[in-house]
Amino acid sequence: MYDITLIVNGVPREARVPARRLLSDCLRHDLGLTGTHVGCEHGVCGACTVLLDGEPVRSCLTFAVTVDGREITTVEGLATGGRLSPVQRAFAECHGLQCGFCTPGFLCTTTAFLRENPAPTDEEVLEGISGNLCRCTGYQNIVKSVHRAAELLAEEPS
Amino acid sequence: MTTKLFGEPVRRREDARLISGQGRYLDDLGQHALAAAFVRSPHAHARITGIDVDAALEVDGLVAIYTWEDLPEGVCEPLPLLIPHPALTHGRTAYPLAREVVRHVGEPIVMVVARDRYLAEDICSLIEVSYEFLKPVIGLEEAVSGAHLVHEDVPGNVGAHLVQEVPSADGRSAAEAIAAAPHTLSFRLDIERSASMPLEGKGVYARWDADDQSLRIYSSTQTSTSVRMALAAKLGLPLPKVEVIAPDVGGGFGVKIVHPWPEEVLVPWAARVLGQEIKWTEDRREHFIGSAHERAQVQHVQVGFDEAGRVLGLSVEILHDHGAYTHYGIIVPIITSTQLLGPYRIGAYRVEFSSIYTNTVQVTPYRGAGRPQAAFCMERTMDKIAQHLGLDRTEVRAANFIQPDQFPYDQGMIFQDGRPLIYDSGDYPESLRKLKDLIGWDDFPALRESARADGRRLGIGLGCYVEGTGVGPYEGGHIQITSDGRVHVSTGLTSQGQGHETVFAQIAATELGVPIDRVSVVTGDTRRFGYAVGTFASRAAVMSGNAIALACRKVREKALRVAADALEADPRDLEITDGVVHVVGAPAASIPLATVAVLSNPLRYAFDEEAKRATQFASTGGMDRPPVSEGEEPGLEGKDYYSPIRSTFASGMHAAIVETDPDTAEIRILRYAVVHDCGKMINPMLVEGQIHGGVAQGVGGALYEKMVYDDHGQLLNASFMDFLMPYATEIPHIETDHLETPSPLNPLGIKGAGEAGVIPVSAVIAAAIEDAEGLPIDRMPISPSDLHALRQGRGR
Repeated sequence: MYDITLIVNGVPREARVPARRLLSDCLRHDLGLTGTHVGCEHGVCGACTVLLDGEPVRSCLTFAVTVDGREITTVEGLATGGRLSPVQRAFAECHGLQCGFCTPGFLCTTTAFLRENPAPTDEEVLEGISGNLCRCTGYQNIVKSVHRAAELLAEEPS
Repeated sequence: MTTKLFGEPVRRREDARLISGQGRYLDDLGQHALAAAFVRSPHAHARITGIDVDAALEVDGLVAIYTWEDLPEGVCEPLPLLIPHPALTHGRTAYPLAREVVRHVGEPIVMVVARDRYLAEDICSLIEVSYEFLKPVIGLEEAVSGAHLVHEDVPGNVGAHLVQEVPSADGRSAAEAIAAAPHTLSFRLDIERSASMPLEGKGVYARWDADDQSLRIYSSTQTSTSVRMALAAKLGLPLPKVEVIAPDVGGGFGVKIVHPWPEEVLVPWAARVLGQEIKWTEDRREHFIGSAHERAQVQHVQVGFDEAGRVLGLSVEILHDHGAYTHYGIIVPIITSTQLLGPYRIGAYRVEFSSIYTNTVQVTPYRGAGRPQAAFCMERTMDKIAQHLGLDRTEVRAANFIQPDQFPYDQGMIFQDGRPLIYDSGDYPESLRKLKDLIGWDDFPALRESARADGRRLGIGLGCYVEGTGVGPYEGGHIQITSDGRVHVSTGLTSQGQGHETVFAQIAATELGVPIDRVSVVTGDTRRFGYAVGTFASRAAVMSGNAIALACRKVREKALRVAADALEADPRDLEITDGVVHVVGAPAASIPLATVAVLSNPLRYAFDEEAKRATQFASTGGMDRPPVSEGEEPGLEGKDYYSPIRSTFASGMHAAIVETDPDTAEIRILRYAVVHDCGKMINPMLVEGQIHGGVAQGVGGALYEKMVYDDHGQLLNASFMDFLMPYATEIPHIETDHLETPSPLNPLGIKGAGEAGVIPVSAVIAAAIEDAEGLPIDRMPISPSDLHALRQGRGR
């Protein structure tokens, strides 16, 4: 067993985990942050995407012990001061989710994507979200949500 | 009514929690529960000769290991055959844990309960099961040969055989009509397996309360009420001691309507036996090999028609692969058989299906539930007729349409609800006109030519369908307005992302005249509503929507009665606006619904200031009648049910323009257009969302998704790496237009919309590829390799 400290959503969190503990399981079951979802556990669906030092990673393909001391942002940490992030607001506004199971992954992916590319073209949006599966929406409103999020971000005071 | 929200694109009320990580899906619950895992058969067909658990017993953290022999009466019996049918003469269901023989890869054999899932899986890997191999029966042709049997006592592997025949108006059989027709065609069509594949698999979490002798079960199910009844029966518990709750569910698409799953029986049973909370969360591989698939059919078609392309006789023989078991009966081939007729009025029809056992995962409804196969058959038939006669494909369809003045239209068959197949309303010529406009059907030849000049190959195709929605028997709604003015709505059916919390709140707010933010909706919780059927067959909005509207009308009537007393007015002069009952034209004479709720419940004890108004000494009036009048009940609440005479029939038409690469055979959808008629729309934004999602699943089924079994019955692509579900990059922009032909069958005039998007997609894409390539496309899905093989003159 290993004692690790993860900085999750800005808060240092300690856990005692075996080497094989997946980051997704550690977040969900050791730290009680169940917003991160697990859709395939083999790195294809992207539902488990979290931000590791700001970069999107598959938490189901990451051992918790390998990210000791690192900064992790989960869907629970996207809002600031009780206000939903522009990406979260855009998904609600554009009906970018139905069952909501894949949504945390899309929100984290989109957050990182728009940080890199604040004004993407249609093609770039498709590329940006092409590592996440959704079985409900047919993606059309997700694409719309990403564009809307870019607009909302541009309106935010920096 | 001023608070009119019905028909508006109201934003979803579920989203606030789902976008902030506050949803509560099955695996988010029971953080301290023990974990269950299963040893599943790695073989498609084998006799179990031994189970050795010795090595597993050493593992620290093991709680229990169960095999079939450990199961008590009730639990050890085969799972129920949910929908019996006289034609299903050889229905067979699995035992919750395999007894002697396994019949598909993935069938559960041993249940392990341990401290956590990692340990439970470790323990599973230490259990040795020995087998005597039996010949696996894979593929429809192999199965119908009957050389080897999936079930020893089912000859020819035929579970069900059903013939339905509708003679022509002049009394001719399909065979006679075809024989006498000026033109005839016969051909074979194939559709392969796909699956619902929700992003969240199944799961069940059970808590036995020893003090209360009661069981609470959370299940990622499409029907909590029926799971409850099945479990109470299986476990021998009084129904009031069992509650089942569907929490947030991460997609269903049909697979979660099947119940009780083996795990859904075993986990609650073990929780009770062990007196501990237990949870099982299905992993992705388990979902591929241990849940359900759909679609696979072989269809042999014979059609006779006249010079205008009017179908005089149609005969279809269907081989339906239902996998190893018939837990859900033969609903899928029944739907294919009956919905095949689509929007058409044809001469004589004969359909015959055989539902065949194979050593594969069972087949149960997946969004569309037999209709995609039906539309594929009928629409390919229409295209072949057009080609044979040299007619435009839209003209042939128009020549066969049921006309708007012919409703109600009786197709002369029995539908999946056991009731006559009578279409209630529709306007197919207008749908086709809209579709041609939307896709630019008449301009396509010019587009094709200009593309051809650039060395590009384009094709266009269309497909029509009619979908029986809102099947009975019933749903109910309960409304309670509490003394704080809040409106609590509940219905028994479940939600998997459809937005029921929003649309049912829109209905309640509109009916009651209250602000929507005062309304909350609960679905799929048997503690709140015990009588329900479930969410499937595009029925939730129609069934529960109407039930809730009817319940609201009862409550509104009572509210007006109580308010009329208080205001000394005639109830007929009262109106409710923004949660306040007032006299029409005299807004000062008013009383908030919150106060009406207080007054409707005569009290002895005042628990707060407001409650004082309802206590015994607060009023001196009405001494000539009891505080609760005869026929009345205390409280401002009401319940009602909606039970339709038969299904209501939505319809739609899709068209696509595709491009095929002359060298690589890559297939790209350039445009996709949908015209859809689901009667009156409660929330057009959500209807469009349903269509988008359905079309995307249709595109998956047309171009990418296929369950690949080898001859040994191994599912070769049981992962998201190998089973290709579309990402955003594979789905075209979907252009939509709507028609609103109200249903005359229900108070709200609505029809279902859930499955519409998926139904004709394979037919449409096949037609467009055929148009681009000039090659018959009779088998779906089609990959670039398949298309390349066809171009080389090789079949698939």
